[in-house]
Amino acid sequence: MNKPLKQHLIDPEICIRCYTCEMTCPVEAITHDDNNVVVDAEKCDFCMDCIPVCPTGSIDEWRVVETPYSLDEQFEWDELPAQEEIGEASGVEALDDAMAALLAEAHAGAGGKSKAPASAAKPSVNLYNLGKPATARVTGNYRLTSEESGSDVRHIILDFGAQPFPVLEGQSIGIIPPGTDADGKPHLPRLYSVSSPRDGERPNYNNLSLTVKREEKGLCSNYVCDLKIGDEIKVTGPFGATFLMPEDPAARLLMVCTGTGSAPFRAFTMRRQRSKAGGAGDMTMFFGARTPDSLPYFGPLGKVPEQLLKKHLVFSRQPGQQKEYVQHRMMNEEEALADLLADPKTHIYICGLRGMEQGVEEAFRSISESTGQSWDATRDAMRDEGRYHVETY
Amino acid sequence: MIDLINVSYDTQIPNNVGLSSDKRVLKALEKWHPGYINWWNDLIPQNFQKSMVYLRTAVSVDPKGWAKFDYVKMPEYRWGVLLAPEVEGRVIPCGEHMGQPAWQEVPGEYRNMLKRLIVIQGDTEPGSVEQQRFLGLTAPSLYDMRNLFQVNVEEGRHLWAMVYLLQKYFGKDGREEADDLLVRSSGSEEAPRMLGAFNEETPDWLSFFMFTYFTDRDGKMQLESLAQSGFDPLSRTCRFMLTEEAHHMFVGETGVGRTIEKTCEVMNANGITDPYDIDKIRDLGVIDLPTIQKKLNLHYTLSLDLFGQEVSTNAANAFNAGIKGRYMEHRLKDDHQLKNDTYPVWDFVDGKLVRHEVPALTAINMRLRDDYTRDAAGGVGRWNKIIEKAGIEFELKLPHESFHRQIGVFSGKTFDPDGNLLSGEEYDKRKNDWLPTHADGDFIQSLMKPVTEPGQFASWIAPPKVGIDNKPGDFEYVKLYMA
Repeated sequence: MNKPLKQHLIDPEICIRCYTCEMTCPVEAITHDDNNVVVDAEKCDFCMDCIPVCPTGSIDEWRVVETPYSLDEQFEWDELPAQEEIGEASGVEALDDAMAALLAEAHAGAGGKSKAPASAAKPSVNLYNLGKPATARVTGNYRLTSEESGSDVRHIILDFGAQPFPVLEGQSIGIIPPGTDADGKPHLPRLYSVSSPRDGERPNYNNLSLTVKREEKGLCSNYVCDLKIGDEIKVTGPFGATFLMPEDPAARLLMVCTGTGSAPFRAFTMRRQRSKAGGAGDMTMFFGARTPDSLPYFGPLGKVPEQLLKKHLVFSRQPGQQKEYVQHRMMNEEEALADLLADPKTHIYICGLRGMEQGVEEAFRSISESTGQSWDATRDAMRDEGRYHVETY
Repeated sequence: MIDLINVSYDTQIPNNVGLSSDKRVLKALEKWHPGYINWWNDLIPQNFQKSMVYLRTAVSVDPKGWAKFDYVKMPEYRWGVLLAPEVEGRVIPCGEHMGQPAWQEVPGEYRNMLKRLIVIQGDTEPGSVEQQRFLGLTAPSLYDMRNLFQVNVEEGRHLWAMVYLLQKYFGKDGREEADDLLVRSSGSEEAPRMLGAFNEETPDWLSFFMFTYFTDRDGKMQLESLAQSGFDPLSRTCRFMLTEEAHHMFVGETGVGRTIEKTCEVMNANGITDPYDIDKIRDLGVIDLPTIQKKLNLHYTLSLDLFGQEVSTNAANAFNAGIKGRYMEHRLKDDHQLKNDTYPVWDFVDGKLVRHEVPALTAINMRLRDDYTRDAAGGVGRWNKIIEKAGIEFELKLPHESFHRQIGVFSGKTFDPDGNLLSGEEYDKRKNDWLPTHADGDFIQSLMKPVTEPGQFASWIAPPKVGIDNKPGDFEYVKLYMA
């Protein structure tokens, strides 16, 4: 079977046939007849030069296909075809097998095939790969945790210069550590969740941030945590097409995380802050760490108003206090969570170490059953509606 | 080292032509700048000048960093001088100098011809802003208001582009011509704009959409021809302007399309199937399709006049000199000199319309006009699809090119929209069926009520399918200044 590939297409219902894209395309992949302007899948190399010059937005259309639509097919269209179901379901998270496998494993905790929220924006995936990576320049590397905490978590800022690197909140990127493995092959990229919103760590800059914890003997995490400002690194991606936030401003978000699992939630929160869409819906966060000084973004989080984000910061090693884990706090908030579970506008996100999954699920099960609902049925229904998401590692 | 891709802000005037090291031209432009700002400030009503408008500003002529969207007050818009990157080894694409290296300086023998072309192009740019100056007051939505202002600031930038060429390459008389561009004024008795269509009023938004669709498309065709010029700075200037011009085409096509869409939607919602049930349709606060056809007839024919005489020695000379090419010259497969070719043009022989062959060199205008008509017909076809999709029996048509013409072989003769010659009496009797009347204008004017609530639209127009810069439907495209 052919591997599915991503095809660039133009929406004939929106396009005004100004042919600016055709004039701009450096490889002459775009052509037209009396009816439509079309893209030749064999020539298009995803350079994205045509995207900003289009006055209509019709140019930014993509379909994952097993066989690309031919020019003749595209000439005949009055409207774009729908995304066909590829394999088991749509929402292709990555086009290369290694990355797809990593994401499938990370999302396994949802108990079935993940789906993106109905109102999520369309993600771009696999614009860059091992053969053709993007180059990013490091413009920031800050330690988020105190020296004493024994946990070195870093906020890394990467700038992509003139290369287009569109990411949505919840997506990941791959970083290729330098050097080769024992067999002399280049290392495979490691995945990191983006912790900044789509318009950049700094608004309207082509940059993004990552939240990376230094792992003992971790090949890539040590490489990333030791990066200096000005260093250049090779990046692949973006990846991920389901762990995304709903665009619907009335959607309610329930976010549960530990440690660097907070990265996507920082992005979600900043997105809503910047678009001022927090008013109608709401956001609740359960965030577990050992101590306040090992909880990434402890300071900035304190400045996010409770009105926008209800915060439950939970500590398991706070001297003089009882150990508390996120599931304990969730049980204490049983009523609020039961209300959220019953609301069809609620979207649940769980992100962090794999070990947290079990406890969190048990808390949900207990809360669900207390209102006479089966947790498995609730979870499966939410997942199929794109409202239940797990990403653990 | 001059960075020719990214825009430099080291002078008051953003540019990618190394202005800071070109003192003579920098001085001339800086001298011209206050006059321009005065012109702009006197033009657009003050509360809009103080409003924050979500505009696109070119920050680089490289496609990837081509433009940036942000809120800006219009008088603070960074108008600048931007040329498409130089193509190495570019040669003159047509005429008797074909194949020679493109000129980087003005060739002496063609100086006056070139200057005239640049002045005419430059004169249209501020002209259209003048014609549209009061439309902001009746914008059917903040989205449309933003699009109007985007068109206006970019027309302003196109004026800058032409002024730069005049000041850089034409010395003292170039500077005088640049000053005169701010003296002439649309519709003025003493000093009108040079071309007729740019002295007509743009009284309402449907006229604005028709204008951007039909008249700006003439501009696009002219820019396409000038982009083929052997005078490289003009070619590079026009290539960059075309990218901006595409937005104006977009505003026109979608504006008319959304007007049609709303009319059809309201007709269907009220069970009206006859598109000629005009009073009933108008009572529902939308513009009936026959009136839209009349506006189309008017703007299309006014725009055809902009192409000049069908057979023209001026146009032949410009082509032969290599200072103006044909539409898509680089894609045409002929000798690019038109030594032996012929082209069919309309003529009027013994009371009948005929097309006969003339030397192609003299028919450059006719050919460009035919290219224009083909280009314009495409959008009309897409408008008809909207009507068809709504299940209404009506078809918009481009009138025959002999109808309602003031320039060329048809001028002064009374043809109907199908191209039949009528007696003057017969024509006068039926004229009101084909061209908008005062009453039509008054009706359209009565609908021009401003809507300034984000995400809301006036009764007569549908919302767009996609927001600008992918923004959601209720995005506040203009933060209006409230005194």
